[in-house]
Amino acid sequence: MKNELEPLSDPGLPEHVHRKSDVDPQAAKKAERQVAILFALSALGTILFIYSYIFIPEDTLIFLPIFNNTNAHQLFLGLGLAMALFFIGMGAVHWAKTLMPDHEVVAPRKEQRSDDEDRAALVAAAKEGAAAAGLGRRPLIKRTMGLALGLVGLSPLLLLRDLGPLPENELNETNWKAGTRLVTDPGDRPIKPSDLEVGAVAQVQPEFPAGKVRHLDDIAQDSVLLIRIRPEEFNLDAERLSWTYEGIIAFSKICSHMGCAVALYEQTTKHLLCPCHQSTFDVTRAAKVIFGPAARPLPQLAITADSEGYLIAKAPFNEAVGPSFWGRDSG
Amino acid sequence: MSARERLAGGTANFIDERTGAAKWMKKTITKVFPDHWSFMLGEIVMYSFIILLLSGTFLTFWFDPSMKEVEYEGSYEPLNGVTMSAAYASTLNISFDVRGGLLMRQIHHWAALIFMAAMVVHMLRVFFTGAFRKPRELNWIIGVALLTLGIVEGFLGYSLPDDLLSGTGIRIAEAIIQAIPVVGSYLSFFLFGGAFPGEVFIQRIYAVHILLIPGIMLALITAHVMLVWYQKHTQYPGPGRTEKNVVGYPLMPVYMAKAGGFFFIVFGITAFLGAVASINPIWIYGPYNPGQIGAGSQPDWYMGWLDGLVRLSPPLETHAFGITISWNILIPGLIIPGIIFTLMAFYPFIEQWMTGDKREHHLLDRPRNNPTRTAIGAMSLTFTLVALINGGNDLIATHFDLSINQIMWFSRIGIIVLPPIAYVTTKRICLSLQRADRELVLHGRETGRLVMLPHGEYVEVHEPLTPERAYLLTSHEQLAPLEIGAADENGVANPQGLKGKVRSRLSQAHQEQITKPTTKELLELEEGHH
Repeated sequence: MKNELEPLSDPGLPEHVHRKSDVDPQAAKKAERQVAILFALSALGTILFIYSYIFIPEDTLIFLPIFNNTNAHQLFLGLGLAMALFFIGMGAVHWAKTLMPDHEVVAPRKEQRSDDEDRAALVAAAKEGAAAAGLGRRPLIKRTMGLALGLVGLSPLLLLRDLGPLPENELNETNWKAGTRLVTDPGDRPIKPSDLEVGAVAQVQPEFPAGKVRHLDDIAQDSVLLIRIRPEEFNLDAERLSWTYEGIIAFSKICSHMGCAVALYEQTTKHLLCPCHQSTFDVTRAAKVIFGPAARPLPQLAITADSEGYLIAKAPFNEAVGPSFWGRDSG
Repeated sequence: MSARERLAGGTANFIDERTGAAKWMKKTITKVFPDHWSFMLGEIVMYSFIILLLSGTFLTFWFDPSMKEVEYEGSYEPLNGVTMSAAYASTLNISFDVRGGLLMRQIHHWAALIFMAAMVVHMLRVFFTGAFRKPRELNWIIGVALLTLGIVEGFLGYSLPDDLLSGTGIRIAEAIIQAIPVVGSYLSFFLFGGAFPGEVFIQRIYAVHILLIPGIMLALITAHVMLVWYQKHTQYPGPGRTEKNVVGYPLMPVYMAKAGGFFFIVFGITAFLGAVASINPIWIYGPYNPGQIGAGSQPDWYMGWLDGLVRLSPPLETHAFGITISWNILIPGLIIPGIIFTLMAFYPFIEQWMTGDKREHHLLDRPRNNPTRTAIGAMSLTFTLVALINGGNDLIATHFDLSINQIMWFSRIGIIVLPPIAYVTTKRICLSLQRADRELVLHGRETGRLVMLPHGEYVEVHEPLTPERAYLLTSHEQLAPLEIGAADENGVANPQGLKGKVRSRLSQAHQEQITKPTTKELLELEEGHH
């Protein structure tokens, strides 16, 4: 298996070359002074650290090129600490490199494997131990022990059950109902079509009854983007067109890919872009995916206006918003 | 005997009478460590882990791992009066109202980046020099486990401040969990205590980030270092270095001074970065809100390649029988990383299977002398780098004025086409370098000196190599490919069948070498010259 051709012979370790500090006492003295200076610099660093902590006010800004305005307290505290640590290290390494012995030492290396004798002794002892316990002769003990050990692991798993509720139907539902008013986010003001000019975008939430608090969980499901374009620019089938109102179309803002907020709207192309993974949706074609990893359009919310002229949801979302999950199509 | 000697002697006696430590210590303080700059990479990993423990402990004294909504009141004016989680508010407090708090936060984050970077580079060193070979396979596997844990630990750590950027990262992680077939939405509801984001995940990942994972990592690092200690360090090949010895400096005093000093150097540099280089300025991002997002959202670099894989994935989803399977999330988010880390962990055994080499190795390989391994490494690196580049495609697009769609298509095609090209190119380069080594040994160094011979011919003078250099270039071992699969002398077909054929083919590819020069060839050449 091995290359049978004779390799070149090993000339052995190269001859040791003495350092200047090994032969010249003057150089050794100089190296000693250098090490001392490095350690002294470290001490200075700690003094700078203490000074900065106590005497530099925390809101002092100084101007530095490249870094612009920098907080002097934080900067000098950090520089002091950095100096204090760095120069201890430099001192120790310089000491080792110039003054400590630099003779390379050769030590032998053994194979990791134990001797055959030791191995045989171990096997014998293990077998003897197992025989003494009588595991092989008492299958009843072996089986019940296996059962007990197998089952005991279930208890901690069971305790984890209360980490959270079951999903039930929660991923399929939002707070949008037929007739829910659209309110601005932030501001919670109801919105009229005239509030949005052609080309404008607005983020809205469903109106909550007085007293109900909007949590982040709600925002993670309910966030909707309103976009107004000229009605003739829509390229929708009759049903989807009827979900728009005077050129205003509403989409879930939660990306159908991984749930990021789809926040970038390009007015000229009428594309919505998710900043996380660059899925791109065409607003005029019911948020059809035209690029990127998303596999589904953003869910569209059917909207209309109520008797007072405020925008309302015509119906709840007809599909789950946000990223996909196993049972998504079953509800 | 001076008072100091008596005190030291007394203490040592006290300990030795109770532990018998003297025998072990005697061996230990003269233990020999080979010296090479690349052996320092693992040290950086260990030291930045210690820095992480120290700075992290400091941060826990002020950080409030709670998602309770509070109204911020503090030194950072722009956010005064804004509703946010207690976690975010306390991170602002650490950054602006605790003296040295921002410094410690920045040291902690920089140390985490250095920890991960040093771990990756250390791993590359171990891979390309073959240091993972027997008897060190276990330590390689521990290393893969530490890398995986490090990625998770880092991700959880930068998610704790509950800012807009990190919350977006958590949202993506939640989507990956939710995409797991059958149990996904259940797992997500258990982890988040209900629908995303819920009110508990910060306190849960806090417990995992400061206790569970660091505890496991500490145990693994201890085992890793103990194995290095026990098995003795590998060494680079060269004159006087063999499989049966260790050449280097004794622990006491040289190695101790150098390694101990190096800890302070690493800490000092990390502190310097924490002082001057702003990192993760969460006050600019604002508190997390699932309805908002910042443009150019990026994970830390060690997550970047995973994000890049997700970004370049084609829009594949299966909808059938009332269920949904998101291949666009599962393949780049779970399946490919799973395959990569599994192959990585098993690589030492895969290589052993290809070469049939079951012996111990303590001398490192020069990467060129194992062209196939080096090529596999280059191929994997290329794959990861293309993914990483795609993870920053939005920033690359805005900074270099490119189309994001073009970058994405470049990555989609590149991730399939470029790794094989890297493999072939690297292997060819390695073989060429072997050829150059061979030339060098046989014909010496080209001096550039031209000499005219008496009969008018011009020749270039070649200087023979020193015996040390010639030995270095020829001391490596060249294994012949395994011979399996062929029928034996009685005409009986090999019982291993297809498996044997695959193995023999792989072994042939793996053992492709430029035959190194031998003493005989050298002698013949010398005779020819004279």
